Amino acid sequence: MNPVNYLYLAALLFTIGAAGVLIRRNAIVVFMCVELMLNACNLAFVTFSRMHGNLDGQIIAFFTMVVAAAEVVVGLAIIMTIFRSRHSASVDDASLLKL
Amino acid sequence: MSHAASVHSLWTLAADPPREIPAPHIEYAQLAPTLIVLGGAVLGILVEAFLPRRARYHAQLLLSVVGLAAAFAAVVALAAGGHAGEKARIAAMGAVAVDGPALFLQGTILLVSLIAVFTFAERRLDPAAHGNRVDSFAAQGSAVPGGEAEQAAVKAGFTTTEVFPLALFAVGGMLVFPAANDLLTLFVALEVFSLPLYVLCALARRQRLLSQESAVKYFLLGAFSSAFLLFGVALLYGYAGTVTYSGIAEVVSGTTRTVDPALASTMGNDALLLIGGALVLMGLLFKVGAVPFHMWTPDVYQGAPTPVTGFMAAATKIAGFGALLRLLYVVLPGMRWDWRPVMWGVAIVTMLLGAIVAVTQTDVKRLLAYSSIAHAGFILAGVIAASPDGVSSVLFYLAAYSFVTLGAFSVVTLVRDAGGEATHLSKWAGLGRRSPLVAAVFAVFLLAFAGIPLTSGFAGKFAVFKAAAQGGAGTLVIVGVLSSAIAAFFYIRVIVLMFFSEPKADGPTVAVPSALTSTAIAVGVAVTVVLGVAPQYFLDLAGQAGTFVR
Repeated sequence: MNPVNYLYLAALLFTIGAAGVLIRRNAIVVFMCVELMLNACNLAFVTFSRMHGNLDGQIIAFFTMVVAAAEVVVGLAIIMTIFRSRHSASVDDASLLKL
Repeated sequence: MSHAASVHSLWTLAADPPREIPAPHIEYAQLAPTLIVLGGAVLGILVEAFLPRRARYHAQLLLSVVGLAAAFAAVVALAAGGHAGEKARIAAMGAVAVDGPALFLQGTILLVSLIAVFTFAERRLDPAAHGNRVDSFAAQGSAVPGGEAEQAAVKAGFTTTEVFPLALFAVGGMLVFPAANDLLTLFVALEVFSLPLYVLCALARRQRLLSQESAVKYFLLGAFSSAFLLFGVALLYGYAGTVTYSGIAEVVSGTTRTVDPALASTMGNDALLLIGGALVLMGLLFKVGAVPFHMWTPDVYQGAPTPVTGFMAAATKIAGFGALLRLLYVVLPGMRWDWRPVMWGVAIVTMLLGAIVAVTQTDVKRLLAYSSIAHAGFILAGVIAASPDGVSSVLFYLAAYSFVTLGAFSVVTLVRDAGGEATHLSKWAGLGRRSPLVAAVFAVFLLAFAGIPLTSGFAGKFAVFKAAAQGGAGTLVIVGVLSSAIAAFFYIRVIVLMFFSEPKADGPTVAVPSALTSTAIAVGVAVTVVLGVAPQYFLDLAGQAGTFVR
């Protein structure tokens, strides 16, 4: 199969993720959309790796997975604290810091 | 590419005997500053795990100060050993560059963080809770604000001493960020310094809801922007077939040797280069807080604990601009005609919007946040110059600006009322009559922000605008001077408010700090005045450090 199709899929997944970040209101869902964007990047890396015939892209995908895991740890901790103090994870409710 | 033969044959050679993987060659001596700081951070985690609670504060403070000072000594030793000049090399198998700009920025970041750690450790400002001296950080970050767990933690005298190793991890990432010589290292360093900062933002002792909200905003937007950066990295990898800066630069300038025909279809595809370069730039512009990626700045600066804000405002900006310079000057110099108009626009909008919106602010921390946006625009003017002078002027501006910022936020921690820091500007009215010294020091910082002669701000702005004018960006300089004038208006307005209006009866009190914050503020004033009165030595230093290794 033509590897370029995987690039189109990666771009599509990335766009879905970006749109989700902008549209969704729940911090957890927003965060999951960010993870979807990172995974779309991984797909692009692996596809390019296949097309170029070198392994750099596949190694980078591993690094991205580790970074994404670290981000989950920090992100969920922060979202948990704000949920416990507000009983809501909606990003619209968090609006004390407005002019 | 549609036919199967175009897929590279690497995947079908499994019958070959596996080749030996060569062990990577790591230049530990040249990476010493980063390794020392990260080692100190790991030791800090061990201190948290094994030392009794009452011993942790002093142990952590000592460890952080010694670690940062040792790392700074290592940077100075490397620079003195010629690594900033003729011995500049790319270390760690092409991942990290050790050259003039990297060492200059690393030294500045380390000095700034050393002083920021002093403000982290300040324990005289908040009134003692149950007989225990407390700092600006929550007794227990995980406890619900106002809940029973928090009250118990305050009563037991807990403090979040984890902030010191978190800060060290952030500093470690910031040291790698401007030195990163491939896009993967760039991305990993970005996350290594961002993740601890997200946590630090959530840990304020007072106004914890604001603090947690700022952390959520910073985290979600930061993760969003780094996802864009990563997609840009993927596209640039697709474009060039490599992520090393020099490799991409070769493909951009068309000097690379012809490669496998299988690559011809993607390699040199300008759409990948343009979109990828734009996305990576976007990620970096987010970190330095340039318009239109500035939205997080005021909220995060206001909500985060003030010592963290000072640290973040100063050190992140240095690291971010360092990485931006290296990307534009090493990877994309062949695309100068494409990125310069875009950066022109970004710089103009950043300067004007930062200065104009700052005029309407009523909160000191938000005011300083918008002022930092405006300053990001001024620094971008130097970046656009695309000349050795541009690099050295940006280096000098970053050094001058970071100490002023840190000093200004340290002063903000001193002005307090019953609810903690009194950041509303109306409460600062008449401060000059009540405590002339603090008001005078803050006035010095504001004048430096405004770029009044004999302060470091003037020397920095002059260097940056001169480089921009010589680089053919005359219009940009005019816009820069105009927005400096707008910015000067609100800086002077605060000074007038402090010195020429009557103090209110229920005004804030000025806390008397310990030697820690006093040192931070004194160093800020000293650097501001010295860089303003006698900038030549430091301009020469930045000038010598202005060459990137490729």
